[in-house]
Amino acid sequence: MRFTLKKDKSGVVIVGVEGQLIVGNRQELKQKVLDALEEGSRKFVIDFSKTGYIDSSGLGVLVSLSKKIREQGGELRLAGLNADLQTLFELTKLDTLFSITRTAEEALTAF
Amino acid sequence: MKLDVPSDLGMVGDAVELVASHLPPGTLSPRRISFNLRTALAEALGNAIRYGTGEDPDRVVSVRVELGGDVVRIYVVDDGHGFDTSRLPDPTHPDNLEREYGRGLFVIRHLVDDVAFNEKGNGICLTLRAG
Repeated sequence: MRFTLKKDKSGVVIVGVEGQLIVGNRQELKQKVLDALEEGSRKFVIDFSKTGYIDSSGLGVLVSLSKKIREQGGELRLAGLNADLQTLFELTKLDTLFSITRTAEEALTAF
Repeated sequence: MKLDVPSDLGMVGDAVELVASHLPPGTLSPRRISFNLRTALAEALGNAIRYGTGEDPDRVVSVRVELGGDVVRIYVVDDGHGFDTSRLPDPTHPDNLEREYGRGLFVIRHLVDDVAFNEKGNGICLTLRAG
């Protein structure tokens, strides 16, 4: 499991989630994104193309981050969900809360 | 298979991998092991550690896995006071959608074939069937 952060040329922060986003590591992701927000970044894409599974704590941290980023005038987008993760977002209705694209590149284009 | 998981949220991922990697091939489809089982077990362990044992490092959560033909049953039991599962709000209600917590049991119910609790409310049994 690891999280990677990189910034594209237009300043969008792309966060990669390798492995899983669960109760045991969600605070690490939250802190990394909040640090970037504190440093002035406002546009974020979380790329789940290398993610196996997400539990409800992981979903909860995404909801919390989205709210904090919006409060600062920014936006959080999600990308790269596999079929199972897409279903998870649909059954929890969180697909109505987030802008979700097939790939991180699509998310970047849409900003 | 039996294991005692320390009451540490940082151990959840490793415990889930340990259980998933020790299931005999063919018990469940690889997809159900890699997503349904892992997610549901992470939920159950997270709940037990956070609410059952209060993340007390001196306590453990017990996991027992039973295999029976095309069925896998996973029992997760803590030594806490238990909780009433019938009084949980619907996390998909518009008023609850932006809440950070409260989706765990809802997610579990959608990922496994059957969920049962012991009488005290401090033990959950997740049943997954092949197919």
